[in-house]
Amino acid sequence: MGWLFDPAHWSGTTGIPVRLLEHLLYTFVTLLIAAAIAIPLGAFVGHTGRGGFVVVGLSNALRALPTTAVLILVVLWAGLGDFPVYVALVLLAIPPIMAGTYAGIRAVDPVTVDAARGVGMRESGVLLRVEIPNALPLIYGGFRGAALQVVATATIAAYTGAGGLGRLVFDGLALQEFGQMLAGAVLVALLAVLVDLGFAGLQRLTVSPGLRPVGTGGKR
Amino acid sequence: MTWIFENWERFWEVTEVHLRLSFVPVLIGFVLSIPLGWLASRSQTARAILFPLANILFTIPSIALIVITPVLLGVKILDEINVIVPLVIYTIALMVRSVADALSSVPGHVTAAANAMGFRPLRRFLTVDFPLALPVTIAGLRVATVSNISMVSVGALVGLGGYGQLFTEGYQTDHTEKVLAGLIGTVVLAVLADGLLLLLGRVLTPWARAGR
Amino acid sequence: MKRIATAVAAVMVLSACGGDPLSNGGGNNPAPTDTIVVGSANFPESRLLAEIYAEALAGKGIKVSKKMNIGNRELYFKGVQDGSIDLIPEYSGVLLKHVNKEAPEVGSDEVYAALKKALPQGLIVLEKSSAEDKDAVVVTKQVAAQYSLKTIDDLVPYCKELVFGGPPEFQNRPDGLPGLKAKYNCEFKEFKALDVGGPLTVAGLKDNTVQAADLFTTDYAIKANEFVVLEDPKNVFAAQNVLPLINEKKASQQVRDTLNAISKKLDTKTLLELNQKLAAPEKPEPDKVAKEWLASSGI
Repeated sequence: MGWLFDPAHWSGTTGIPVRLLEHLLYTFVTLLIAAAIAIPLGAFVGHTGRGGFVVVGLSNALRALPTTAVLILVVLWAGLGDFPVYVALVLLAIPPIMAGTYAGIRAVDPVTVDAARGVGMRESGVLLRVEIPNALPLIYGGFRGAALQVVATATIAAYTGAGGLGRLVFDGLALQEFGQMLAGAVLVALLAVLVDLGFAGLQRLTVSPGLRPVGTGGKR
Repeated sequence: MTWIFENWERFWEVTEVHLRLSFVPVLIGFVLSIPLGWLASRSQTARAILFPLANILFTIPSIALIVITPVLLGVKILDEINVIVPLVIYTIALMVRSVADALSSVPGHVTAAANAMGFRPLRRFLTVDFPLALPVTIAGLRVATVSNISMVSVGALVGLGGYGQLFTEGYQTDHTEKVLAGLIGTVVLAVLADGLLLLLGRVLTPWARAGR
Repeated sequence: MKRIATAVAAVMVLSACGGDPLSNGGGNNPAPTDTIVVGSANFPESRLLAEIYAEALAGKGIKVSKKMNIGNRELYFKGVQDGSIDLIPEYSGVLLKHVNKEAPEVGSDEVYAALKKALPQGLIVLEKSSAEDKDAVVVTKQVAAQYSLKTIDDLVPYCKELVFGGPPEFQNRPDGLPGLKAKYNCEFKEFKALDVGGPLTVAGLKDNTVQAADLFTTDYAIKANEFVVLEDPKNVFAAQNVLPLINEKKASQQVRDTLNAISKKLDTKTLLELNQKLAAPEKPEPDKVAKEWLASSGI
């Protein structure tokens, strides 16, 4: 573990803090984009009940996509930079978020939904003020699953020359420096745990206490 | 697509490696996670150790684990075991929870009835608990299989990795067709394996659909 | 804590035990003694040279198996030492520096002679070819014109302003950044880890992410993109003749004769042509290109 605690590795433009920040940036931007795509899609399909088969099928197909290949293909087509990294990671993050949203909305008690319609809510109100708040625990479940995967997988950004903690893993491999590889692995795992704790806190703050017993597990 | 047909021999060669590197770990991991999952379904302590451990193992990036394993194991650098061990660990990390959840989902009155009929623990496990737990277990197995098939490619970074070889070679020579060939291969394998497991589940658990 | 440790250990041991017999069944066991395992590094030229060796040996009825694209020298050299591979195409200068960091030799014959002595027990190199493929500091035409660069010496005053790109291992190799610093006193503003003379490095130069980079002199991309190779008057990069590195036990007379015949025919011009063929739009497979060349050169 000497490599990790050597002060020389904690400063400069290629120091550990910079790599950590790059990694966090990849993670958050990816999650934002993925959520912006997957939550409306999952919510729409869950609400209308149409196209559920497509959502499940699409999620499974996307899950099978090897992220490395997607990354390389986008690099070959669009050139280097952060764009290919985001494409690959967003594709990775969409399935769990979409599946969580879809499942969450489908799982809302039909009696509750009928009651909302009964008191004169419009469809948009039913979705935004009843179904989504009630589905939040499962949405968070999907979202946190996606976050864990993205933090772990953002490591491959380094394969095409981009930054992040993957640099430590890839440079360690190239130099056969075991300490550096290990430092990369440990930092990514730590970051994953911290990010998950952060979202767990956010979940506590934003989910109605009435739903809590369902939501404690994160993953159902 | 034409690359696959023009280089069928090579494509088949990497397919074989890919198949081996994805199914061997799933098999080993699955077998190992049955006793571990059973333990977790029975004992709070085991659960309190195994579940967080599985979560932590799962947060280690596959790339890092695959790169580090050869050093830890100290075996020859090109031994396939260097990819198999990390994937076994991931499979266990995924499956322990599935198996435990599946066993816990067996209704109490069923196990009580089996006990009352004089089933010994092992026989009860093999003929009552485990079969009833199969649907949930197989759901977990499907996830583990698909994610393994997709993860094997990472092994290309240490000179192994089936279709992953096509990714790195295609990348080095700016050859999109080759990368696509590997991607298509991976997805087709994943879909086939997933479908087979789904079928297997249906055949093994006819009662699961009886009520629908 | 102790229990967790025990559980981890148990998992590791179990998975290790479980994996072993199966992986042997999977055709991954050490190759039988009469088979020569040919390996290659993680860049196309090495792959091609390895295919040439493998196909030539196979043509003589020798049993061969291939383990291509293993990684860089830091990784695959371990494989040569532990017997995972028996034969791999090498470059005399970098290989010498790998086994002896301090080696001062730069000339082709001196390097070759020193290399023969420096290799660990059990490993030998056969006849060297006249084909040379060196690492080189390469810049774009624009950068060369802007700073009027011809040699690395011309670059020295600007090193601190420029970003340099190359494979990660370039940072540590004596014939990498440390060499440039020691011999030219050139320290770059930043080093960007890219790949081994591959698409990343080329793209990095083209879009000016890096202003100077480590490429191989036989890389067709240099010609295709009109890059400028800076001369190296102080010889950071020693002579780099292509030659086979082989496990002595596997080097039978027939194997030696075959590989030496290849080295005799292989020159820098051939290497350039073969690389150009590999880079052609239809991207032929390296084994095909290798077979064609072997047929045309009568080996």
